[in-house]
Parts: sequence; structure tokens; C-alpha cells
Amino acid sequence: MKSLEELKEIRDKYKNEIQIRKKEFREEEHIHKAHVMVCTGTGCVSSGARDVVAEFNDELGSRNLEDEVKVVGTGCHGLCELGPLVIVYPEGTFYSEITRDDVAEIVEEHIIDGQIVERLLYEDKSGKKIAGYNDIDFYKRQKRIALKNCGKINPESIEEYFAEGGYEALGKVIDELSPEEVIEMVKDSGLRGRGGGGFPTGLKWSFAAGAPGDKKYVICNADEGDPGAFMDRSVLEGDPHGIIEGMAISAYAIGADEGYIYVRAEYPLAVMRLKKAIIDAEEYGILGDNIYDSDFSFDLHVKEGAGAFVCGEETALMQSIEGNRGMPTPRPPYPAVKGLWGKPTNINNVETLVNIPYIILEGPEKFSAVGTEGSKGTKVFALTGKVNNTGLVEIAMGTTLREIIFDIGGGVQGGKEFKAVQTGGPSGGCVPKEHLDLSIDYESLLDVGAMMGSGGMVVMDEDTCMVDVARFFLDFTQSESCGKCTPCRIGTKRMLQILERITQGDGQGGDIDLLLELGARVKETSLCGLGQTAPNPVLSTIKFFRDEYEAHIYDNYCPTGSCDELALPYWIDKDICIGCTACVNECPVDAISGERKEPHVIDEDACISCGACAEICPVDAIFQK
Amino acid sequence: MALIKINGKEHEVESDLSILEAVRGEGYEIPTLCYHPDLSISGGCRLCIVEDVDSGQLITSCSTGVTEGLEIKTASERVERARRSVVDLLLSDHPLDCMICEADGNCTLQDLAYRYGLNESTLGSKIDPRFEIEHDNPFIVHDPDKCILCGRCIRVDNEIQCSDAIDFINRGFTTRIAAALEKDLGDDDSTCVFCGQCVEMCPTGALTYKPSIGEGREYNLEHTETTCGYCGVGCKLDLKTRGNKVVEVGSIYREGTPNPVGEACVKGRFGYEFIDHPDRLKTPLIKDKETGEFNEASWDEALDYIGDKFNQIKEESGGDAFGALCSARCSNEDNYLMQKLMRAGLGSHTIDHCARL
Ligand SMILES: Cc1cc2nc3c(=O)[nH]c(=O)nc-3n(C[C@H](O)[C@H](O)[C@H](O)COP(=O)(O)O)c2cc1C
Ligand code: SF4
Ligand code: SF4
Ligand code: FES
Repeated sequence: MKSLEELKEIRDKYKNEIQIRKKEFREEEHIHKAHVMVCTGTGCVSSGARDVVAEFNDELGSRNLEDEVKVVGTGCHGLCELGPLVIVYPEGTFYSEITRDDVAEIVEEHIIDGQIVERLLYEDKSGKKIAGYNDIDFYKRQKRIALKNCGKINPESIEEYFAEGGYEALGKVIDELSPEEVIEMVKDSGLRGRGGGGFPTGLKWSFAAGAPGDKKYVICNADEGDPGAFMDRSVLEGDPHGIIEGMAISAYAIGADEGYIYVRAEYPLAVMRLKKAIIDAEEYGILGDNIYDSDFSFDLHVKEGAGAFVCGEETALMQSIEGNRGMPTPRPPYPAVKGLWGKPTNINNVETLVNIPYIILEGPEKFSAVGTEGSKGTKVFALTGKVNNTGLVEIAMGTTLREIIFDIGGGVQGGKEFKAVQTGGPSGGCVPKEHLDLSIDYESLLDVGAMMGSGGMVVMDEDTCMVDVARFFLDFTQSESCGKCTPCRIGTKRMLQILERITQGDGQGGDIDLLLELGARVKETSLCGLGQTAPNPVLSTIKFFRDEYEAHIYDNYCPTGSCDELALPYWIDKDICIGCTACVNECPVDAISGERKEPHVIDEDACISCGACAEICPVDAIFQK
Repeated sequence: MALIKINGKEHEVESDLSILEAVRGEGYEIPTLCYHPDLSISGGCRLCIVEDVDSGQLITSCSTGVTEGLEIKTASERVERARRSVVDLLLSDHPLDCMICEADGNCTLQDLAYRYGLNESTLGSKIDPRFEIEHDNPFIVHDPDKCILCGRCIRVDNEIQCSDAIDFINRGFTTRIAAALEKDLGDDDSTCVFCGQCVEMCPTGALTYKPSIGEGREYNLEHTETTCGYCGVGCKLDLKTRGNKVVEVGSIYREGTPNPVGEACVKGRFGYEFIDHPDRLKTPLIKDKETGEFNEASWDEALDYIGDKFNQIKEESGGDAFGALCSARCSNEDNYLMQKLMRAGLGSHTIDHCARL
């Protein structure tokens, strides 16, 4: 492919292929009778999506429909919990939890007879069946920019990416814009890094562009190490070309001719799709020498990560690419000046990069029209925990926590009371009920001691012990610390030991102050972001739930009953007890005594609160204090 | 040159220096553990932090360059509190056995504990060791419980000696220094050449010389700068003696020497045991021509015997008939006298030495 014109020709050719998925086209223009989009993201694949694809192909083949109906494997739709997901166009009917056995019915009833299969539709909270993809609450309130292609195209087909206007932004940049103009556009868009820090992307590019040197690199950070996060994975699997295009544009802007995608080795599907995407792009001449017949050349490599959380930190990541142990190095010098192999390097997160083609094609104004004053565009979150709809959501910046958790997420599971939401992954903080109406943007989250992070969002209900939550996250960060700097290596360990003794009932007066002091020192003296943020979950839970810490330490009591060692003893109501002695035999520590046919008593000091007695009691005479 | 402000006072310093170098150059004190002027910058120990007045941040002075207009505080309350907490954390994971530690008196951690008045950590003490002491080789003992993970040993090994014999392994609190496959430094899989530079770099008692154990601490030893006679490179070494006994060989770091960053080979570092070896000859021996046996002789006897023979040979065949080979195991002074004897005394140029590198 030698020019933007040529690209547009190819685009138009393939556009026809996929117009059946768009509302704007009338039925008589459709080339196919139907498109069956089966989600083949990691979530749906693990619940059997590959079988569903095979079954559709068999079923359609046996009815000689394979030319009329196209089966497309797509990237993730976000509602992984209900996978495998299948969407049938032109109607856009959304089927969830589809198995092999459902396929014949969909083909028979829906595709051949034009009847929607009610049984397999998505059901909302009130039990109503909803057929239209865009009518589902979960999707209705989302705003899709970064995820715009995820679930909409076949990620393994560069042609489908072309059909959606793919690589036009790159063509436009090369044909019409100078590197400085590209950087200006990104600056104007207000885009900030989605990898956690929120640094203005255009500004970062201008540093790398301005750094002297004839060899420069761009890197895509696809390490995604936060436990439970899968935002980047979904983009990698669902829209690999979007990332490649974003990287090529950033390379053009800073003057780089080589790039690396550093992706977790634990994402085999992402690695496979990226590699295929690179080969396809190379074949079309979109990667390699003299792209679109210009002076701009760009080679791209995939580097599989070594599986450490800290390797997501940019300096450790570059060490890892160079073949060294993934340990952060002090900044300055920043990567923009001295990065990979000592050369100026621009490093961006997956989600940051996938926004770039949109900004170039649609214009920075359109991008910055979404969001708040300081935080423009959208943000993808992995919504998990005790919330009804777990999954991947993309919302406009400025949306409130309440809207995400209650409107999109459908509220807390089991009708329980909402307690807090942890944002920003292990380096973030817990936001309590009183801040539910907080607008989601970089500054507001920081103000309450949490952070945007890369987009983890864990909802906690009334049964969650906040001390234990802090212990859980700190346990993760301290074991993932690279061990290089003293405060992080030893400080987080000491903090964890204090939290452990509190949750085990051995908390000591002064422990809270000690945690605050240690936390402050670790934050201000650690070398990299891991240590600098590791105390956050502890500090924010102390800030909002200090009484829970105090109950553990001073009253020997875990208010939610989560900490086994602090569970309250059981007692027997002597008015109900019939003296059957069943409980005496059941108690593993012989804490119960009493004469046959007489009321029994439990020795509180001996009781370990296992509850075995209460379970066996035939008259339900045993209660926990 | 750059104009900077240190603790409120203006100083003009070279602009290509790190803050640490510049500040120390102006006579201020900044403690460090992981920094060494001959090694790359690590930034791991965090002791060298200073307060950047402009940003209000604590920054590591070893890794940050001087910039025009920079204003820093090197010993503000905040800085000292942060440094103290770093030392406190290190001590919480360090055996407090200075009384029997080889490094007593030569340990930066000990100096820091003294400086901050910490006779133990405020966070509790390390009672049980977490690691095993590694000492399966004849030269170097590694006690990971005393290691503060400054990484200086690794950097000298990788950057100066280029042996790549050791590196960090594991993560977080379980991180430690290890040789290949976590085996001993002397194992077949190890690329360690026993140059001893890691021991020289270690600021604590985590790495010590096995032959020197119990032979005295730094303050018991006398230092004699010498030139290694084992080969022709002529490395400078610091021969440490106690009484009349050589007990350790240290490094000398000086520009302009053949080994400016303290390099040594295993012979230079550890090959001194022969000096006090019981099998060493202590008296001259004269061969009995009849029996072929060597018999002990007094120095007078031996010198008379040699003197007679030398005179006889020189008369009969001239000075060129002599040749001498001297040994690296003699002192440099002995070797000097030997060549003097050959050249000036006997008139021969045929003088050689076993070290021919
Ligand atoms: C411990 C740690 C882990 C990180 N992990 C990631 C990660 O998995 N993905 C990512 O994009 N950024 C991660 N970051 C942030 C990167 O260092 C870097 O700021 C980011 O890749 C820059 O891209 P952006 O400006 O587009 O956000 C991590 C930072 C720290 C301190
Ligand atoms: S803060 Fe933690 S992860 Fe970062 S360099 Fe220090 S020890 Fe390593
Ligand atoms: S062994 Fe010594 S030099 Fe090596 S890291 Fe530990 S304390 Fe530092
Ligand atoms: S001396 Fe600067 S961090 Fe160790």
C-alpha cells in the first residue's frame, strides 16, 4: 500500500462487508444475510466460546448457509461474567451464556425464521428480557472511545480494522501533519496517561521529540500487573491494530523508527493477536520502511514480560527489555531523555495509545468535549467485587462512582449495603459511602486518598473488613516489591506484619500511629511508584475506617466478623437448651460443659468461635455474641 | 559552573556533578550506603536524600544532577527523620552482633546506627536468622542476614570485574544476593574468579574474607601499600598486617595505578598463606654430593660456600656464565637485591623472574 488513497479504496471495499452491523444501512444493501459475532476474548474463550464458533460453522455449513452468514470472532464486550456472548446482526440481538447446545436453535429460529430466541436473551435485574445490545443498562451508560472496536470487529482481520477507518489517522499524520502539529493535537485533546500516573500525553511526547539523538524508541506498556485488571488485555485482544496505529503515530511524532510492545506472557491470546496484527500490517506496508511511501519507517517488536508486577513500572520495564532483572532505576533521567538502551524513549500505556487514532481523525475538540476540566475523554474500568454486573466498563471522565456502581454495575450483590470501593488497584485507596458522588477524575480521586490508577475498581459490601482489605493489598505489593530500595523492601514488610497482628487479634496500642508513621516514610522515601503508593490502601482505610482498626486492637473484635481470630465466642440460651449434650461432643476444644438434661454452658475463653455447636444444636439454642 | 544553594548558603559548583558529589565537595556531609564513586548509580539505599526546596520533594542526591539555581537542604528535620527511618528499617532486619562481627569498626551501618543513636530498631529486632551463611569455598563468606542489599558487590562484579557471577534473586523481603543457581561462589557453575572486590565494596559484614576471620578487625591492622609481585601488571595492594603477620589484602583505589578501581586477581588477593606456612624453608640447605641429600646449614656456612663458588666460576668463565631466576613469593626488595647482585656484583644480565605477564 503506497498511499492514503489506496487505503481508502481498500476501506470502502471492506466497509460493505461489515455494514450489516451498522444501523445506518438499509437491509437491501447488506451483502450477507447475517453476522454472528461471538466474543473470543479470554473470558468467553475460557467459558467455551471456541466451541460455540465451531458449532456455528458446522451448523451453518450443514445448511449450506456459510456464504450467506458470516461468523466472526471478536474481542471482549466487557460482560465476561455472562459469556460466551453472541450478537446477531443486522438486528443486534444480544445473547448471553451461549453453549454449543444453543447454537442450532439460534440458527434455526433466529437466522432462518427471523424469530428472536427469548430464552437466551440477557435478563436484567428485574427479570426483564432485553434483546438489543444498546438497550442494556450496562452498555447504555457507557461511552466507548478506547473500546470502540472491541467486540465490533474481528481483531484478527486487518481488513475489518480498515473498514472501521483504521490506519487513516496514520495516513493523515504522515501526509498532512508535521510531528509538531501531531503533538499539538494530542496536547489539545487533554489526553492524560491511562497507565496510572495521568501525565499529559502530548507533553510527554514533546519531551521525547525534543531530546537530542537520532535513534529513538517508542514502547507500549502492556504489562497490566494489577490483580484483577483486564482493561488492557481486552484492548490487546480486541483491537490490536488500534494500538499499533497509536504507536506508529507516536513514533512519527517523536522521531522514532522502532518500537516495542511489552506484554505480559500470561496473555497468550493477546501476544498471538499482536504478532498476527504486526505481520498483517507489515504485509500491507503499514509497518516497515517508507510507510505510505514517505520517509517515515517504523519497525515494531513484541516483547513478552517476565511476569512481575514491578515490570509495569517504566524504568523496570526497560531494564527487562534490555535483558536485565526488572528493577526500577532513579528518575531523572526520564525515559524521554535516556530510555531504552540509553536512547530517548516514549512509553505509553495501551489505553492511552488506542485513543490516539480517534483524536487525530475526529479532532482533539471532540475528544476533549468529553470529561472534566482536568481529565478529558473516557476511562476504562474493570468493575469487580461485590457488585451485580462485574465486567469492563468505559465511562466518560466525570461520571460519579455512584453511577458506575449502581447504574452500570447494578448495585451491590445480594441487596447488601455498600461499604467502600477500592480504586487504583493495590496502590489505590478505599473510597467510602460518603464520597459516592465523587466525580471520577484524576484530581478528585487523589483528594480522597485514592487514585485513578490503571482502572481497577473493587466494590466492597458491609461484610468486608477494611483492615483485612488493607492487609490483602499490602500483602500483594510487599511480595511484588523488587527489593531494591530499603523503605519498600523492609517498610512494607513491617507494615504488613503490623496489619497481620491486628487481624489476628494481637494488635497493640500505638499500632495505628506506627502504621501512619511508617506509611508516610515509605511513601516519601521509596524509589519508584510501587513503594511510593504501597501504603495507600492502609492510609485510606485508617482515614475512613479508623474505628474498625480500633475495634480490632482495643476491643479484640472484628466488626464484620471476617477475621477468624477475632470472632466473638458463642453462648447458650439456658431457657432453650434441652441438655441433649450434642454440642459437647461436637466442640473441638471441649469448651462446653453441663449435665444431661440440664442447660449447658460455653467457656468463653476456651471457645474458638468455630460455630460447630450452633450447627448441631437441635433446638437452635446457641448464638454468637 | 552552576550556582546552587546548600542549606541557605550559595556555592558555585561544577555543573556536571551529581548533587552528592557537589555537596560533599563543598564540605557538607551526606550519608550513603549504595553509592560508590567507581560504580554506576543504584539509588536503592535512599540514605542520600536531600530536600529540594523548589519542589518540596525528597530526592536522592547520588542520582540527581546539579542544575543552575538548585536549592537544597541536606540536614533538615524532614531529611534527618527520613534517613533515620531508613536506618531503623535496616536495623530491624540486621543481627545486632557487632561484638563478634568481622566488620566491626569498618561498617557503614554501624556508623549510621551510632549517628542516629539507635542501639536497636524501634520496630523490633531480628532474633532468628532468615538465611544460611554460605562458606563452602576457601575464600569468601557470605552472610545474607547481614546484607543490606546495596548491590555494590553486584555492580563491582558486573561492571568492573565483568564476571557476572552474582546478582539479586527473589523479590521483596526475600530478595538476596546469590551466585549462579543459588549455589556457592566456588561451585562449578559459578563464574566467580575470587578477585575479592565484592568483599572490598561491602559496607557491612555480609561479605568477609574467610582466611581473615578472627585475625583482627580493621582497627587492629597496619596498612602497607605494596605492589603485587605475582605478575608484571604491578597492581597496587594494601597489605594488612597484625604484628608481623599478613592477615588480609585490601584494595587501593587510585587513579593512575594499573588497578585504579581496586582490581586484583585471586593470587594477589589471597596468595599470602605461604608466608607463614609451616613447610616453608627456614634455613639454607647444602647438597651432599655423595648421598644426594640436602642437609641443613647455617647462614654463614651457606654464604661462604656460595661466595667461594661464585668467585671460582667468575674467574674461570666470566660473569656471563651466571643466570638467576627469582620468585614472586619473595618480597619486592629481595627481588631488587637479586638483580643488583647479578648485574653489579656478578656482571650478568641473565636475570629473570617467574612473573612474566
Ligand atoms: C509498580 C508499577 C506498576 C505499573 N504497572 C503499569 C502497567 O501495568 N501498565 C501501565 O501502562 N503502566 C504501569 N505503570 C505506570 C508506568 O510506569 C508508566 O507511567 C506508564 O506506562 C506511562 O504511560 P502513560 O503515560 O500512557 O500512562 C506502573 C507503575 C508502577 C509504579
Ligand atoms: S519502591 Fe519497591 S519496587 Fe520500587 S524500587 Fe523500591 S523496592 Fe523496588
Ligand atoms: S553483600 Fe554487601 S555489598 Fe553486596 S549487597 Fe549486601 S551489603 Fe551490599
Ligand atoms: S547513596 Fe543515593 S540512594 Fe544510596
